[in-house]
Amino acid sequence: MNGGQSLNRKKQTGQTRKLAIAPYLFILPNLLIFGVFIVIPSLLGLFYSFHVYDGLNPMKFNGLGNYIKIIGDKEFWSTIGRTGIYAAIVVPLIYAVALGIAMLLAREIKMRGLFRAIFYWPTMISFIIVGLTWKWIFGDSFGILNHMLTLIGVEPVGFLTSPFWANAAVIIATVWSRAGFFMVIFIAGLQAIPTDYYEAARLDGATGLKVFRHITLPLLKPTSLLVFMLSLIDAFKAFPLIFALTGGGPGKETTYIVQYIYEIGFTKQELGLASAMSVMLFVIIGGFSALQFRISKGGAV
Amino acid sequence: MELRPLTKIAIYSLLSVAALFWLLPVLWVVISALKTNSDLYSYPPKLWPHPVTFEHFKEAFSKGDFGLYFKNSTIVTLTSTLLLLLINSMAGFALAKYRFRGSSIILIGFISTLMIPIEVIMIPIFKVLSALGMYNSMLAIIIPPAATPTGVFLMRQYLLTVPDELLEAARMDGAGEWKIYWSIILPMAKPILAVLAIFSFMWRWDDFLWPLIAISDPAKYTIQLALSNFIGEYSVDWGSLLAMSVITMIPVLVVFIVFQRYFVSGMITSGMKG
Repeated sequence: MNGGQSLNRKKQTGQTRKLAIAPYLFILPNLLIFGVFIVIPSLLGLFYSFHVYDGLNPMKFNGLGNYIKIIGDKEFWSTIGRTGIYAAIVVPLIYAVALGIAMLLAREIKMRGLFRAIFYWPTMISFIIVGLTWKWIFGDSFGILNHMLTLIGVEPVGFLTSPFWANAAVIIATVWSRAGFFMVIFIAGLQAIPTDYYEAARLDGATGLKVFRHITLPLLKPTSLLVFMLSLIDAFKAFPLIFALTGGGPGKETTYIVQYIYEIGFTKQELGLASAMSVMLFVIIGGFSALQFRISKGGAV
Repeated sequence: MELRPLTKIAIYSLLSVAALFWLLPVLWVVISALKTNSDLYSYPPKLWPHPVTFEHFKEAFSKGDFGLYFKNSTIVTLTSTLLLLLINSMAGFALAKYRFRGSSIILIGFISTLMIPIEVIMIPIFKVLSALGMYNSMLAIIIPPAATPTGVFLMRQYLLTVPDELLEAARMDGAGEWKIYWSIILPMAKPILAVLAIFSFMWRWDDFLWPLIAISDPAKYTIQLALSNFIGEYSVDWGSLLAMSVITMIPVLVVFIVFQRYFVSGMITSGMKG
Protein backbone atom coordinates (compact mmCIF):
# COMPACT_ATOMS: atom_id res chain seq x y z
CA MET A 1 0.00 0.00 0.00
CA ASN A 2 2.78 2.32 0.93
CA GLY A 3 4.57 1.52 -2.30
CA GLY A 4 1.37 2.13 -4.22
CA GLN A 5 0.97 5.57 -2.71
CA SER A 6 4.46 6.70 -3.56
CA LEU A 7 4.03 5.36 -7.06
CA ASN A 8 0.84 7.36 -7.31
CA ARG A 9 2.60 10.46 -6.11
CA LYS A 10 5.40 9.91 -8.58
CA LYS A 11 2.86 9.58 -11.35
CA GLN A 12 1.20 12.78 -10.23
CA THR A 13 4.36 14.83 -10.11
CA GLY A 14 5.19 13.47 -13.52
CA GLN A 15 1.83 14.64 -14.72
CA THR A 16 2.11 18.12 -13.23
CA ARG A 17 5.51 18.44 -14.79
CA LYS A 18 4.04 17.49 -18.13
CA LEU A 19 1.23 19.98 -17.57
CA ALA A 20 3.82 22.65 -16.93
CA ILE A 21 5.81 22.00 -20.09
CA ALA A 22 3.02 21.05 -22.49
CA PRO A 23 1.63 24.55 -23.17
CA TYR A 24 5.08 25.86 -24.02
CA LEU A 25 5.63 23.03 -26.46
CA PHE A 26 2.23 23.67 -28.04
CA ILE A 27 3.06 27.32 -28.52
CA LEU A 28 6.62 26.79 -29.64
CA PRO A 29 6.15 26.47 -33.43
CA ASN A 30 4.09 29.65 -33.67
CA LEU A 31 6.34 31.51 -31.29
CA LEU A 32 9.41 30.48 -33.23
CA ILE A 33 7.97 31.64 -36.55
CA PHE A 34 6.76 34.93 -35.10
CA GLY A 35 10.13 35.44 -33.49
CA VAL A 36 12.20 34.67 -36.56
CA PHE A 37 10.00 36.23 -39.23
CA ILE A 38 8.33 39.15 -37.47
CA VAL A 39 10.16 40.17 -34.28
CA ILE A 40 13.72 39.77 -35.55
CA PRO A 41 12.98 41.47 -38.89
CA SER A 42 11.30 44.34 -37.07
CA LEU A 43 14.32 44.92 -34.84
CA LEU A 44 16.66 44.38 -37.77
CA GLY A 45 14.73 46.93 -39.82
CA LEU A 46 14.97 49.46 -37.03
CA PHE A 47 18.70 48.73 -36.77
CA TYR A 48 19.26 49.10 -40.53
CA SER A 49 17.44 52.39 -40.48
CA PHE A 50 20.34 53.97 -38.59
CA HIS A 51 22.95 52.64 -41.00
CA VAL A 52 24.15 53.03 -44.54
CA TYR A 53 23.83 49.57 -46.01
CA ASP A 54 23.79 48.22 -49.55
CA GLY A 55 23.33 44.59 -48.57
CA LEU A 56 26.84 43.59 -49.60
CA ASN A 57 29.44 45.84 -48.01
CA PRO A 58 29.64 46.17 -44.22
CA MET A 59 27.14 48.66 -42.89
CA LYS A 60 28.19 52.02 -41.61
CA PHE A 61 26.53 53.71 -38.67
CA ASN A 62 24.81 56.84 -39.85
CA GLY A 63 22.86 58.00 -36.82
CA LEU A 64 19.73 59.82 -37.89
CA GLY A 65 21.28 60.47 -41.30
CA ASN A 66 18.76 58.37 -43.22
CA TYR A 67 15.82 60.07 -41.53
CA ILE A 68 17.26 63.50 -42.18
CA LYS A 69 17.81 62.57 -45.79
CA ILE A 70 14.21 61.37 -46.11
CA ILE A 71 12.81 64.52 -44.56
CA GLY A 72 14.56 66.51 -47.26
CA ASP A 73 13.65 64.06 -50.03
CA LYS A 74 11.10 65.64 -52.35
CA GLU A 75 10.27 62.38 -54.07
CA PHE A 76 9.48 60.68 -50.77
CA TRP A 77 7.08 63.42 -49.81
CA SER A 78 5.36 63.49 -53.16
CA THR A 79 4.94 59.71 -52.86
CA ILE A 80 3.44 60.14 -49.39
CA GLY A 81 1.25 62.90 -50.81
CA ARG A 82 0.01 60.68 -53.65
CA THR A 83 -0.68 57.86 -51.21
CA GLY A 84 -2.53 60.28 -48.95
CA ILE A 85 -4.69 61.62 -51.78
CA TYR A 86 -5.41 58.09 -52.94
CA ALA A 87 -6.43 57.16 -49.38
CA ALA A 88 -8.51 60.32 -48.97
CA ILE A 89 -10.54 59.42 -52.06
CA VAL A 90 -10.68 55.66 -51.85
CA VAL A 91 -11.65 55.41 -48.17
CA PRO A 92 -14.85 57.50 -48.31
CA LEU A 93 -15.73 55.96 -51.66
CA ILE A 94 -15.45 52.42 -50.32
CA TYR A 95 -17.37 53.51 -47.25
CA ALA A 96 -20.24 54.96 -49.27
CA VAL A 97 -20.42 52.15 -51.81
CA ALA A 98 -20.20 49.37 -49.21
CA LEU A 99 -22.75 51.00 -46.94
CA GLY A 100 -25.08 51.78 -49.83
CA ILE A 101 -25.10 48.22 -51.06
CA ALA A 102 -25.40 46.87 -47.53
CA MET A 103 -28.47 49.07 -46.93
CA LEU A 104 -30.11 47.79 -50.10
CA LEU A 105 -29.31 44.21 -49.14
CA ALA A 106 -30.33 44.50 -45.51
CA ARG A 107 -34.00 44.46 -46.56
CA GLU A 108 -36.16 41.44 -47.07
CA ILE A 109 -35.85 41.03 -50.82
CA LYS A 110 -35.63 38.11 -53.16
CA MET A 111 -32.28 36.88 -54.48
CA ARG A 112 -30.50 38.57 -51.59
CA GLY A 113 -27.99 35.73 -51.34
CA LEU A 114 -27.19 35.90 -55.03
CA PHE A 115 -26.59 39.65 -54.93
CA ARG A 116 -24.38 39.34 -51.86
CA ALA A 117 -22.36 36.65 -53.58
CA ILE A 118 -21.91 38.81 -56.68
CA PHE A 119 -20.60 41.74 -54.64
CA TYR A 120 -18.45 39.62 -52.37
CA TRP A 121 -16.82 37.38 -54.91
CA PRO A 122 -14.31 39.93 -56.31
CA THR A 123 -12.73 40.23 -52.87
CA MET A 124 -11.46 36.69 -53.34
CA ILE A 125 -9.70 37.41 -56.61
CA SER A 126 -6.00 38.15 -56.16
CA PHE A 127 -4.90 41.76 -56.48
CA ILE A 128 -2.69 40.77 -59.40
CA ILE A 129 -5.63 39.42 -61.38
CA VAL A 130 -7.83 42.37 -60.39
CA GLY A 131 -5.14 44.70 -61.72
CA LEU A 132 -4.78 42.66 -64.86
CA THR A 133 -8.54 42.56 -65.43
CA TRP A 134 -8.87 46.31 -65.23
CA LYS A 135 -5.79 46.86 -67.32
CA TRP A 136 -7.50 44.84 -70.02
CA ILE A 137 -10.64 46.99 -69.69
CA PHE A 138 -8.91 50.38 -69.51
CA GLY A 139 -6.21 49.47 -72.04
CA ASP A 140 -5.43 52.49 -74.20
CA SER A 141 -5.53 51.27 -77.76
CA PHE A 142 -7.88 48.31 -77.63
CA GLY A 143 -9.68 48.66 -74.30
CA ILE A 144 -13.40 47.99 -74.30
CA LEU A 145 -14.05 51.06 -72.19
CA ASN A 146 -12.64 53.45 -74.77
CA HIS A 147 -14.69 51.71 -77.42
CA MET A 148 -17.83 52.25 -75.36
CA LEU A 149 -16.91 55.91 -74.90
CA THR A 150 -16.57 56.41 -78.65
CA LEU A 151 -19.96 54.78 -79.13
CA ILE A 152 -21.57 57.52 -77.04
CA GLY A 153 -19.51 60.16 -78.81
CA VAL A 154 -16.80 60.79 -76.24
CA GLU A 155 -13.15 61.11 -77.21
CA PRO A 156 -11.01 58.10 -76.16
CA VAL A 157 -9.21 58.66 -72.88
CA GLY A 158 -5.61 57.65 -72.14
CA PHE A 159 -6.65 55.82 -69.00
CA LEU A 160 -3.24 54.42 -68.22
CA THR A 161 -1.14 57.16 -69.80
CA SER A 162 -2.64 60.26 -68.23
CA PRO A 163 -1.61 60.82 -64.59
CA PHE A 164 -5.12 61.82 -63.56
CA TRP A 165 -6.88 58.91 -65.24
CA ALA A 166 -4.28 56.37 -64.12
CA ASN A 167 -4.98 57.33 -60.51
CA ALA A 168 -8.71 57.22 -61.20
CA ALA A 169 -8.28 53.75 -62.70
CA VAL A 170 -6.44 52.57 -59.60
CA ILE A 171 -9.21 53.96 -57.40
CA ILE A 172 -11.99 52.32 -59.44
CA ALA A 173 -10.21 48.96 -59.37
CA THR A 174 -9.61 49.25 -55.62
CA VAL A 175 -13.25 50.01 -54.87
CA TRP A 176 -14.32 47.17 -57.16
CA SER A 177 -12.11 44.70 -55.39
CA ARG A 178 -12.67 45.75 -51.76
CA ALA A 179 -16.26 47.01 -51.45
CA GLY A 180 -17.72 43.52 -51.02
CA PHE A 181 -15.59 42.81 -48.00
CA PHE A 182 -16.71 45.94 -46.20
CA MET A 183 -20.30 45.38 -47.36
CA VAL A 184 -20.37 42.19 -45.29
CA ILE A 185 -19.13 44.05 -42.22
CA PHE A 186 -21.82 46.69 -42.74
CA ILE A 187 -24.56 44.09 -43.18
CA ALA A 188 -23.57 42.52 -39.86
CA GLY A 189 -23.61 45.98 -38.27
CA LEU A 190 -27.00 46.87 -39.73
CA GLN A 191 -28.52 43.61 -38.58
CA ALA A 192 -27.36 44.31 -35.04
CA ILE A 193 -29.55 47.44 -34.86
CA PRO A 194 -32.75 46.49 -32.99
CA THR A 195 -35.85 46.92 -35.17
CA ASP A 196 -37.66 48.67 -32.29
CA TYR A 197 -35.73 51.82 -33.08
CA TYR A 198 -37.01 51.87 -36.64
CA GLU A 199 -40.56 51.16 -35.56
CA ALA A 200 -40.46 53.91 -32.95
CA ALA A 201 -39.12 56.32 -35.56
CA ARG A 202 -41.87 55.35 -37.97
CA LEU A 203 -44.53 55.89 -35.35
CA ASP A 204 -43.06 59.35 -34.85
CA GLY A 205 -43.52 59.92 -38.56
CA ALA A 206 -39.83 60.02 -39.50
CA THR A 207 -39.08 59.44 -43.16
CA GLY A 208 -36.28 57.55 -44.90
CA LEU A 209 -33.52 60.13 -44.86
CA LYS A 210 -34.27 61.22 -41.32
CA VAL A 211 -34.25 57.64 -40.08
CA PHE A 212 -30.91 57.13 -41.76
CA ARG A 213 -29.39 60.27 -40.25
CA HIS A 214 -30.74 59.96 -36.75
CA ILE A 215 -30.93 56.22 -36.21
CA THR A 216 -28.92 54.18 -38.67
CA LEU A 217 -25.78 56.32 -38.81
CA PRO A 218 -25.38 56.93 -35.06
CA LEU A 219 -26.03 53.29 -34.17
CA LEU A 220 -23.67 52.19 -36.89
CA LYS A 221 -20.81 54.25 -35.50
CA PRO A 222 -18.65 51.39 -34.19
CA THR A 223 -18.95 49.55 -37.52
CA SER A 224 -18.24 52.74 -39.43
CA LEU A 225 -15.07 53.37 -37.48
CA LEU A 226 -13.89 49.82 -38.07
CA VAL A 227 -14.49 50.08 -41.81
CA PHE A 228 -12.88 53.49 -41.92
CA MET A 229 -9.71 52.43 -40.15
CA LEU A 230 -9.33 49.09 -41.92
CA SER A 231 -9.72 50.64 -45.35
CA LEU A 232 -7.37 53.47 -44.39
CA ILE A 233 -4.66 50.99 -43.34
CA ASP A 234 -5.30 49.01 -46.54
CA ALA A 235 -4.85 52.18 -48.59
CA PHE A 236 -1.42 52.85 -47.11
CA LYS A 237 -0.40 49.26 -47.87
CA ALA A 238 -1.67 49.32 -51.46
CA PHE A 239 0.81 47.81 -53.88
CA PRO A 240 0.07 44.50 -55.71
CA LEU A 241 -3.06 45.73 -57.50
CA ILE A 242 -1.27 48.85 -58.70
CA PHE A 243 1.80 46.86 -59.62
CA ALA A 244 -0.32 44.85 -62.05
CA LEU A 245 -2.60 47.65 -63.26
CA THR A 246 -0.23 50.56 -63.90
CA GLY A 247 3.17 49.36 -62.71
CA GLY A 248 3.32 52.64 -60.80
CA GLY A 249 3.20 54.72 -63.97
CA PRO A 250 2.88 56.73 -66.06
CA GLY A 251 6.26 57.91 -64.75
CA LYS A 252 5.83 57.68 -61.00
CA GLU A 253 2.28 59.01 -61.00
CA THR A 254 0.72 55.95 -59.35
CA THR A 255 3.74 54.85 -57.32
CA TYR A 256 2.54 54.80 -53.74
CA ILE A 257 4.59 54.40 -50.61
CA VAL A 258 5.02 50.60 -50.42
CA GLN A 259 6.16 50.35 -54.02
CA TYR A 260 8.52 53.28 -53.47
CA ILE A 261 10.10 51.55 -50.47
CA TYR A 262 10.33 48.33 -52.45
CA GLU A 263 12.17 50.09 -55.27
CA ILE A 264 14.59 51.92 -52.97
CA GLY A 265 15.31 48.72 -51.05
CA PHE A 266 15.38 46.04 -53.72
CA THR A 267 16.07 47.83 -56.98
CA LYS A 268 18.41 50.56 -55.75
CA GLN A 269 19.81 48.40 -52.94
CA GLU A 270 19.68 51.24 -50.42
CA LEU A 271 18.62 49.02 -47.55
CA GLY A 272 19.27 51.50 -44.78
CA LEU A 273 17.32 54.27 -46.43
CA ALA A 274 14.43 51.95 -47.33
CA SER A 275 14.36 50.68 -43.75
CA ALA A 276 14.09 54.20 -42.40
CA MET A 277 11.16 54.80 -44.76
CA SER A 278 9.61 51.54 -43.55
CA VAL A 279 9.89 52.74 -39.97
CA MET A 280 8.08 55.92 -40.97
CA LEU A 281 5.37 53.94 -42.75
CA PHE A 282 5.04 51.77 -39.66
CA VAL A 283 4.52 54.86 -37.54
CA ILE A 284 1.73 55.99 -39.90
CA ILE A 285 0.01 52.59 -40.06
CA GLY A 286 0.65 51.86 -36.39
CA GLY A 287 -0.88 55.21 -35.53
CA PHE A 288 -4.06 54.31 -37.41
CA SER A 289 -4.21 50.85 -35.78
CA ALA A 290 -3.66 52.25 -32.31
CA LEU A 291 -6.34 54.86 -32.95
CA GLN A 292 -8.79 52.21 -34.10
CA PHE A 293 -7.91 50.06 -31.11
CA ARG A 294 -8.56 52.92 -28.73
CA ILE A 295 -11.76 54.07 -30.35
CA SER A 296 -13.20 50.57 -30.47
CA LYS A 297 -12.11 50.05 -26.84
CA GLY A 298 -9.78 47.13 -27.16
CA GLY A 299 -10.66 46.08 -30.65
CA ALA A 300 -13.94 44.34 -29.80
CA VAL A 301 -15.57 43.90 -33.18
CA MET B 1 -41.97 45.50 -43.05
CA GLU B 2 -43.58 45.27 -46.50
CA LEU B 3 -41.98 47.44 -49.11
CA ARG B 4 -44.01 49.53 -51.49
CA PRO B 5 -43.85 48.26 -55.08
CA LEU B 6 -42.18 51.44 -56.27
CA THR B 7 -39.46 51.17 -53.63
CA LYS B 8 -38.98 47.56 -54.59
CA ILE B 9 -38.45 48.43 -58.24
CA ALA B 10 -35.98 51.13 -57.27
CA ILE B 11 -34.02 48.74 -55.05
CA TYR B 12 -33.88 46.04 -57.71
CA SER B 13 -32.76 48.44 -60.41
CA LEU B 14 -30.02 49.88 -58.25
CA LEU B 15 -28.84 46.43 -57.26
CA SER B 16 -28.89 45.19 -60.83
CA VAL B 17 -26.85 48.10 -62.13
CA ALA B 18 -24.33 47.57 -59.33
CA ALA B 19 -24.26 43.83 -59.97
CA LEU B 20 -23.42 44.49 -63.62
CA PHE B 21 -20.49 46.65 -62.57
CA TRP B 22 -19.15 43.81 -60.41
CA LEU B 23 -19.85 41.03 -62.89
CA LEU B 24 -18.93 42.45 -66.28
CA PRO B 25 -15.17 42.91 -65.78
CA VAL B 26 -14.64 39.24 -64.96
CA LEU B 27 -17.06 38.21 -67.68
CA TRP B 28 -15.14 40.31 -70.20
CA VAL B 29 -11.90 38.57 -69.20
CA VAL B 30 -13.52 35.16 -69.71
CA ILE B 31 -15.03 36.14 -73.07
CA SER B 32 -11.74 37.62 -74.25
CA ALA B 33 -9.80 34.53 -73.25
CA LEU B 34 -11.98 32.52 -75.61
CA LYS B 35 -11.18 34.68 -78.66
CA THR B 36 -8.69 34.05 -81.40
CA ASN B 37 -5.71 36.38 -81.47
CA SER B 38 -7.07 38.36 -84.40
CA ASP B 39 -10.40 38.88 -82.61
CA LEU B 40 -8.60 39.78 -79.40
CA TYR B 41 -6.85 42.78 -80.87
CA SER B 42 -9.48 43.86 -83.38
CA TYR B 43 -10.88 47.34 -83.08
CA PRO B 44 -13.74 47.93 -82.56
CA PRO B 45 -13.68 44.99 -80.12
CA LYS B 46 -16.00 42.12 -80.93
CA LEU B 47 -18.39 41.50 -78.11
CA TRP B 48 -18.52 37.79 -78.68
CA PRO B 49 -15.77 35.34 -79.62
CA HIS B 50 -16.23 34.05 -83.12
CA PRO B 51 -15.16 31.31 -83.36
CA VAL B 52 -14.84 30.25 -79.71
CA THR B 53 -11.36 28.89 -79.21
CA PHE B 54 -9.48 27.26 -76.37
CA GLU B 55 -6.11 27.81 -78.00
CA HIS B 56 -4.93 30.26 -75.34
CA PHE B 57 -5.73 27.78 -72.60
CA LYS B 58 -3.76 25.07 -74.41
CA GLU B 59 -0.94 27.50 -75.15
CA ALA B 60 -0.66 28.49 -71.51
CA PHE B 61 0.20 24.93 -70.61
CA SER B 62 2.12 23.87 -73.72
CA LYS B 63 4.17 26.94 -74.60
CA GLY B 64 4.96 28.42 -71.22
CA ASP B 65 5.55 27.01 -67.78
CA PHE B 66 2.07 27.72 -66.50
CA GLY B 67 1.64 24.08 -65.47
CA LEU B 68 4.71 24.39 -63.27
CA TYR B 69 3.49 27.61 -61.65
CA PHE B 70 0.11 26.05 -61.06
CA LYS B 71 1.78 23.08 -59.40
CA ASN B 72 3.97 25.34 -57.25
CA SER B 73 0.98 27.38 -56.11
CA THR B 74 -0.95 24.22 -55.30
CA ILE B 75 1.89 22.75 -53.24
CA VAL B 76 2.45 26.00 -51.36
CA THR B 77 -1.25 26.56 -50.70
CA LEU B 78 -1.97 23.05 -49.46
CA THR B 79 1.11 22.52 -47.28
CA SER B 80 1.00 26.00 -45.81
CA THR B 81 -2.68 25.59 -44.98
CA LEU B 82 -2.10 22.23 -43.27
CA LEU B 83 0.76 23.72 -41.30
CA LEU B 84 -1.37 26.70 -40.33
CA LEU B 85 -4.17 24.48 -39.06
CA LEU B 86 -1.74 22.40 -37.03
CA ILE B 87 0.35 25.08 -35.35
CA ASN B 88 -2.41 27.67 -34.89
CA SER B 89 -4.69 25.13 -33.22
CA MET B 90 -1.83 23.99 -30.99
CA ALA B 91 -1.10 27.53 -29.87
CA GLY B 92 -4.79 28.37 -29.55
CA PHE B 93 -5.30 25.28 -27.39
CA ALA B 94 -2.40 26.18 -25.10
CA LEU B 95 -3.62 29.74 -24.69
CA ALA B 96 -7.21 28.68 -24.04
CA LYS B 97 -6.86 25.68 -21.78
CA TYR B 98 -3.63 25.94 -19.78
CA ARG B 99 -2.66 28.31 -17.05
CA PHE B 100 1.02 29.00 -17.33
CA ARG B 101 3.57 31.72 -16.74
CA GLY B 102 3.63 34.30 -19.48
CA SER B 103 0.45 33.13 -21.19
CA SER B 104 -1.21 36.54 -21.26
CA ILE B 105 1.97 38.24 -22.44
CA ILE B 106 2.32 35.69 -25.22
CA LEU B 107 -1.30 36.21 -26.26
CA ILE B 108 -0.89 39.98 -26.34
CA GLY B 109 2.40 39.53 -28.18
CA PHE B 110 0.75 37.36 -30.81
CA ILE B 111 -2.07 39.81 -31.35
CA SER B 112 0.24 42.81 -31.51
CA THR B 113 2.07 41.26 -34.46
CA LEU B 114 -1.04 42.30 -36.39
CA MET B 115 0.29 45.83 -36.04
CA ILE B 116 3.38 45.00 -38.05
CA PRO B 117 2.28 44.43 -41.64
CA ILE B 118 4.76 42.55 -43.77
CA GLU B 119 4.89 45.61 -46.04
CA VAL B 120 7.04 47.43 -43.49
CA ILE B 121 9.52 44.59 -42.90
CA MET B 122 10.09 43.39 -46.48
CA ILE B 123 13.79 44.21 -46.49
CA PRO B 124 14.83 42.60 -43.20
CA ILE B 125 12.65 39.57 -44.02
CA PHE B 126 14.63 39.18 -47.20
CA LYS B 127 17.87 39.32 -45.17
CA VAL B 128 16.62 36.80 -42.61
CA LEU B 129 15.53 34.41 -45.35
CA SER B 130 18.93 34.69 -47.02
CA ALA B 131 20.75 34.14 -43.72
CA LEU B 132 18.71 31.00 -43.08
CA GLY B 133 19.37 29.69 -46.58
CA MET B 134 15.64 29.89 -47.30
CA TYR B 135 15.83 32.42 -50.10
CA ASN B 136 14.49 30.88 -53.32
CA SER B 137 13.12 27.96 -51.38
CA MET B 138 9.43 27.12 -51.39
CA LEU B 139 9.72 26.68 -47.62
CA ALA B 140 10.07 30.45 -47.39
CA ILE B 141 6.53 30.93 -48.67
CA ILE B 142 5.12 27.91 -46.82
CA ILE B 143 6.41 28.22 -43.26
CA PRO B 144 6.46 31.93 -42.29
CA PRO B 145 2.92 32.80 -43.44
CA ALA B 146 1.51 29.76 -41.60
CA ALA B 147 1.79 31.42 -38.20
CA THR B 148 -1.13 33.85 -38.24
CA PRO B 149 -2.22 35.88 -35.22
CA THR B 150 -5.77 35.76 -36.54
CA GLY B 151 -5.71 31.97 -36.63
CA VAL B 152 -4.31 31.63 -33.11
CA PHE B 153 -6.82 34.12 -31.77
CA LEU B 154 -9.85 32.51 -33.45
CA MET B 155 -8.76 29.07 -32.24
CA ARG B 156 -8.29 30.34 -28.71
CA GLN B 157 -11.69 32.02 -28.61
CA TYR B 158 -13.34 28.89 -29.91
CA LEU B 159 -11.55 26.50 -27.53
CA LEU B 160 -12.33 28.60 -24.46
CA THR B 161 -15.77 27.00 -24.56
CA VAL B 162 -14.39 23.48 -24.12
CA PRO B 163 -15.16 22.45 -20.51
CA ASP B 164 -12.11 21.77 -18.30
CA GLU B 165 -13.82 18.69 -16.85
CA LEU B 166 -13.54 16.98 -20.20
CA LEU B 167 -9.78 17.37 -20.24
CA GLU B 168 -9.49 16.38 -16.56
CA ALA B 169 -11.44 13.21 -17.21
CA ALA B 170 -9.13 12.32 -20.08
CA ARG B 171 -6.09 12.90 -17.87
CA MET B 172 -7.58 10.62 -15.20
CA ASP B 173 -7.82 7.97 -17.87
CA GLY B 174 -4.13 8.42 -18.46
CA ALA B 175 -4.25 10.38 -21.71
CA GLY B 176 -1.16 12.48 -22.39
CA GLU B 177 -1.39 16.14 -23.35
CA TRP B 178 -0.66 15.49 -27.02
CA LYS B 179 -3.28 12.77 -27.12
CA ILE B 180 -5.82 15.16 -25.59
CA TYR B 181 -5.02 17.72 -28.24
CA TRP B 182 -5.07 15.24 -31.07
CA SER B 183 -8.11 13.15 -30.22
CA ILE B 184 -10.31 15.50 -28.21
CA ILE B 185 -9.50 19.08 -29.15
CA LEU B 186 -8.97 18.75 -32.88
CA PRO B 187 -12.24 16.88 -33.57
CA MET B 188 -14.14 19.42 -31.48
CA ALA B 189 -12.57 22.31 -33.36
CA LYS B 190 -13.67 21.15 -36.80
CA PRO B 191 -15.98 24.08 -37.59
CA ILE B 192 -13.36 26.72 -36.80
CA LEU B 193 -10.68 24.69 -38.54
CA ALA B 194 -12.87 24.68 -41.64
CA VAL B 195 -13.19 28.46 -41.55
CA LEU B 196 -9.44 28.87 -41.14
CA ALA B 197 -8.71 26.37 -43.90
CA ILE B 198 -10.85 28.31 -46.35
CA PHE B 199 -9.21 31.58 -45.49
CA SER B 200 -5.72 30.18 -45.56
CA PHE B 201 -6.46 28.68 -48.96
CA MET B 202 -7.47 32.05 -50.30
CA TRP B 203 -4.64 33.95 -48.62
CA ARG B 204 -1.95 31.62 -49.92
CA TRP B 205 -3.40 31.14 -53.38
CA ASP B 206 -3.71 34.90 -53.91
CA ASP B 207 -0.51 35.89 -52.10
CA PHE B 208 1.91 38.09 -53.95
CA LEU B 209 4.15 39.80 -51.40
CA TRP B 210 5.80 36.74 -49.82
CA PRO B 211 6.69 35.18 -53.17
CA LEU B 212 7.91 38.57 -54.40
CA ILE B 213 10.31 38.87 -51.46
CA ALA B 214 11.40 35.25 -51.24
CA ILE B 215 11.51 33.88 -54.79
CA SER B 216 13.48 34.94 -57.85
CA ASP B 217 14.09 31.56 -59.46
CA PRO B 218 11.46 31.14 -62.23
CA ALA B 219 11.30 27.41 -61.53
CA LYS B 220 9.79 28.26 -58.12
CA TYR B 221 7.38 31.00 -59.22
CA THR B 222 3.84 30.87 -57.94
CA ILE B 223 1.05 31.80 -60.32
CA GLN B 224 0.65 35.30 -58.93
CA LEU B 225 4.35 36.03 -59.21
CA ALA B 226 4.45 34.67 -62.76
CA LEU B 227 1.40 36.72 -63.81
CA SER B 228 2.88 39.88 -62.33
CA ASN B 229 6.01 39.30 -64.35
CA PHE B 230 4.18 38.64 -67.61
CA ILE B 231 2.13 41.81 -67.29
CA GLY B 232 5.28 43.87 -66.84
CA GLU B 233 6.77 42.64 -70.09
CA TYR B 234 7.22 45.03 -72.96
CA SER B 235 4.75 43.30 -75.28
CA VAL B 236 2.12 41.57 -73.23
CA ASP B 237 0.72 38.31 -74.60
CA TRP B 238 -2.86 39.05 -73.57
CA GLY B 239 -4.28 35.82 -74.93
CA SER B 240 -2.41 33.51 -72.61
CA LEU B 241 -2.42 36.03 -69.77
CA LEU B 242 -6.23 36.17 -69.79
CA ALA B 243 -6.52 32.40 -70.10
CA MET B 244 -4.14 31.92 -67.17
CA SER B 245 -6.14 34.40 -65.10
CA VAL B 246 -9.34 32.50 -65.80
CA ILE B 247 -7.76 29.21 -64.77
CA THR B 248 -6.30 30.82 -61.65
CA MET B 249 -9.69 32.14 -60.57
CA ILE B 250 -11.36 28.74 -60.81
CA PRO B 251 -10.07 27.08 -57.58
CA VAL B 252 -11.02 30.14 -55.53
CA LEU B 253 -14.41 30.30 -57.23
CA VAL B 254 -15.05 26.64 -56.40
CA VAL B 255 -14.07 27.16 -52.76
CA PHE B 256 -16.30 30.23 -52.66
CA ILE B 257 -19.35 28.48 -54.09
CA VAL B 258 -18.98 25.44 -51.85
CA PHE B 259 -18.38 27.39 -48.65
CA GLN B 260 -20.33 30.52 -49.48
CA ARG B 261 -22.18 30.70 -46.19
CA TYR B 262 -18.92 30.98 -44.27
CA PHE B 263 -17.88 33.99 -46.28
CA VAL B 264 -21.05 35.95 -46.55
CA SER B 265 -22.14 35.37 -42.96
CA GLY B 266 -20.72 37.66 -40.31
CA MET B 267 -18.15 34.99 -39.47
CA ILE B 268 -15.50 36.48 -41.66
CA THR B 269 -15.44 39.89 -40.06
CA SER B 270 -12.97 38.54 -37.53
CA GLY B 271 -10.93 36.59 -40.03
CA MET B 272 -9.68 39.31 -42.26
CA LYS B 273 -5.93 39.22 -42.15
CA GLY B 274 -3.40 36.74 -43.42
